[in-house]
Amino acid sequence: MSGGQSLNRKKQTGQTRKLAIAPYLFILPNLLIFGVFIVIPSLLGLYYSFHVYDGLNPMKFNGLGNYIKIIGDKEFWSTIGRTGIYAAIVVPLIYAVALGIAMLLAREIRMRGFFRAIFYWPTMISFIIVGLTWKWIFGDSFGILNHMLSVIGVEPVGFLTSPFWANAAVIIATVWSRAGFFMVIFIAGLQAIPTDYYEAARLDGATGIKVFRHITLPLLKPTSLLVFMLALIDAFKAFPLMFALTGGGPGKETTYIVQYIYEIGFTKQELGLASAMSVMLFVIIGGFSALQFRMSKGGAV
Amino acid sequence: MELRPLTKITIYSILSVAALFWLLPVLWVVISALKTNTDLYSYPPKLWPDPLTFEHFKAAFSKGNFGLYFKNSTIVTLSSTILLLLINSMAGFALAKYRFRGSSIILIGFISTLMIPIEVIMIPIFKVLSALGMYNSMLAIIIPPAATPTGVFLMRQYLLTVPDELLEAARMDGAGEWRIYWSIILPIAKPILAVLAIFSFMWRWDDFLWPLIAISDPAKYTIQLALSNFIGEYSVDWGSLLAMSVITMIPVLIVFLVFQRYFVNGMITSGMKG
Repeated sequence: MSGGQSLNRKKQTGQTRKLAIAPYLFILPNLLIFGVFIVIPSLLGLYYSFHVYDGLNPMKFNGLGNYIKIIGDKEFWSTIGRTGIYAAIVVPLIYAVALGIAMLLAREIRMRGFFRAIFYWPTMISFIIVGLTWKWIFGDSFGILNHMLSVIGVEPVGFLTSPFWANAAVIIATVWSRAGFFMVIFIAGLQAIPTDYYEAARLDGATGIKVFRHITLPLLKPTSLLVFMLALIDAFKAFPLMFALTGGGPGKETTYIVQYIYEIGFTKQELGLASAMSVMLFVIIGGFSALQFRMSKGGAV
Repeated sequence: MELRPLTKITIYSILSVAALFWLLPVLWVVISALKTNTDLYSYPPKLWPDPLTFEHFKAAFSKGNFGLYFKNSTIVTLSSTILLLLINSMAGFALAKYRFRGSSIILIGFISTLMIPIEVIMIPIFKVLSALGMYNSMLAIIIPPAATPTGVFLMRQYLLTVPDELLEAARMDGAGEWRIYWSIILPIAKPILAVLAIFSFMWRWDDFLWPLIAISDPAKYTIQLALSNFIGEYSVDWGSLLAMSVITMIPVLIVFLVFQRYFVNGMITSGMKG
């Protein structure tokens, strides 16, 4: 009897011990990979940013030297400016297009799934292919677009060689490839609005635009904020699509901040300087994320 | 509610025009890939391939080493996805169903890494990979991206709904913790595992930045890296490039069509890409 009891207790303490260790073992692989490939690189990046480092020779402490250099680097600021302008155009465009399509597709119409699939599909294609696809359309001597223009009597346009049109091409390709993703988020947000709101508004005799302004838009605010911020963060990370579509050109016209950091770091081998630029980019992106977090508090999607 | 006929016509017209704009670019690439070289560069462009040819598709595999890149991408995508499902479900299970010291700090840590875009730490990542001797190896694009905060978070949220009594009962019957995870939790988590599998497939198949940082040996290129390299060449062989683009889209299209249902729901619950 007493033997059985002690055996039982032994079994129990064994089980408790297992219960205490188990979660750590379950979490270990993820933690290890996170630590090695996210946490350590993040700290390293911060460390490099205070050094002169070419990746081969020993690094030299440089204090705030890299940051001071960046402040005086005209090209850095024009790249940031270009990225900012690109974001300022692309984000509202994506917002409007995604919301517009979502509003049309939130209704009970036939072939809804078919239309959703068509708009969502480009989201699945890699940015490299998106860039290639549009390059094939915008191309100077072979592009279908210039042919279509010539049919209606318009002179061929150097879509990828004129600064203005290269930027326009990049923006069109971005909206095309990202609108479907945000459309789905908007559809989810629209479906969460209770239908009695609309019914009440209609009883009051409110028309389409009024309903949109006074009911849909206010109730969609949390979703709108999320879309806005995600699109903004996306815009500041843009790189592969431009890499494939314009190569960053003509000149540096479509070279955005990530491509610039990549070139400084890997082509020019100035790892310390590029790291300092990354820290600054992180501050920008982190700032937007923090802003979004504060503004969306209390309203989840 | 019933829509008025005029409203209906307006909606369908707008949708159709927009859908055409969304469909045509890809369609034009597919059509062009089926043209002969003469037709491909002829101006004005022919709207329909005549004669229709698969020569570019054949050339892509024979000449462009495309078969190798396709194989590399397949290996990377499949192994990274399996690894992701395994370790993310383990971590999500631990965070959802155990009380242990440090759990909330770990969870907050995971979520806050969502704020760090890979773009801003690509240089130190490169140094870490080199220091570990992983630079220029397939492992460098399989292992690190498999630990995604999004995945851990989605798993945790889903597994929070599993009743504790279920686990207690299994423990009473003498099941060990691993056994509980393997034969109770994993089957329950099937729907969310499906969503994650689709996401992971898409992320890895489409990925450009990780391979760009981690690989320099052309024999280890993934498709995206190879394609970007082709564009950089002095004279672009558009025929092969278009054919490769079409081939690259096919696996994603298949996954999309088969799992469409999960997709929209998964997108709605996560709203993330990364």
